[in-house]
Amino acid sequence: MARRENSEINAGSMADIAFLLLIFFLVTTTMDVDSGIARKLPEKSEDTPEVTIKEKNVLDIVVNRNNQLLVENEYVQVADIRRLAMEFIDNGGGLSAPKDDQPGKPCDYCNGAKDPESSDHPTKAIISLQSDRGTTYGMYVSIQNEIEAAYNELRNKLSLQKYKRRYDDLLKDYKDNPTENLKVKIDFLKDSYPQIITEPEPIK
Amino acid sequence: MSKFKKKKKGLPAISTASLPDIVFMLLFFFMVSTTMRETDLLIKKPVLPTASEVKKLEHKSLVSTIYVGKSKDTRISGDKIQVNDKIIDVNDIPNFIFAERALRKEEEVKFMTTSIKADKEANVGTILDIKEQLRDINALKVSFSTTKGNNIKSNY
Repeated sequence: MARRENSEINAGSMADIAFLLLIFFLVTTTMDVDSGIARKLPEKSEDTPEVTIKEKNVLDIVVNRNNQLLVENEYVQVADIRRLAMEFIDNGGGLSAPKDDQPGKPCDYCNGAKDPESSDHPTKAIISLQSDRGTTYGMYVSIQNEIEAAYNELRNKLSLQKYKRRYDDLLKDYKDNPTENLKVKIDFLKDSYPQIITEPEPIK
Repeated sequence: MSKFKKKKKGLPAISTASLPDIVFMLLFFFMVSTTMRETDLLIKKPVLPTASEVKKLEHKSLVSTIYVGKSKDTRISGDKIQVNDKIIDVNDIPNFIFAERALRKEEEVKFMTTSIKADKEANVGTILDIKEQLRDINALKVSFSTTKGNNIKSNY
């Protein structure tokens, strides 16, 4: 009768397998980062000065409770908003608002149609988004997203023209390495196409 | 005589080679089952809308989150608002923000952001009410939480 040796299972490779798994999970695990569309709400002040704004400097976007869209009284789709908003902001049909005793200047960086019936200057162009209380939030976010995209695209274009870099890249660089030089550039782009969005009282 | 003498057999030593594996197993179990969520949702998990122009929220410690969604009980209609671990009314939002502010240093308060995690089927009216409340107490930095993607058509 052959005596069987009480042989041990070789456990030497177990540690390797465990490490392999550990590394796999380390690499694939993502801590989900919260991201979203950032908005700054307008401050509430007691005395709001009366300002007269020309009709042509306002892009009216109205959305009803059936998620249907009107832009300047025309029925459109969400995908059209970006183009319409860009055409409106970049129109440059007139002069900018006079600032610090300096008279208004025409927009020298706009590539728009210079239509006198549309907005005067990017710094004057206001986008008004009126929604209904019954509009779904998804629709609302989509519109906000398209407006944001329009501004970003315009800033990108101007940035490429002036600095041969995209605006997003400038922002990314600024986050990694905030320098005064970059800040000046970013502020210039932001001031050239400032986001002026107003949200009137919703339709009841 | 030696024929009957039992050979003294020592107890074989228990192999400790598997001990690290057991520890690793435990590690994996916790790795897999741990979720980094601070609050338990009392409402249905909001399905966030999709957007392409998103910004990451910096400084997680300065973010207060407001959840908006449907109640888990299907008989209750309308949007519910949840903060921390309870469902509240719109009018209680200022109190929530004040409580959040009290937990932070004074100089950090102006960098605080409110993240709104709302279901894409929620009504804009509810969101606008929340925004109005936030405006009242000067909590002006707001982020509409979304998932990143290009398929905006799925939102509506």
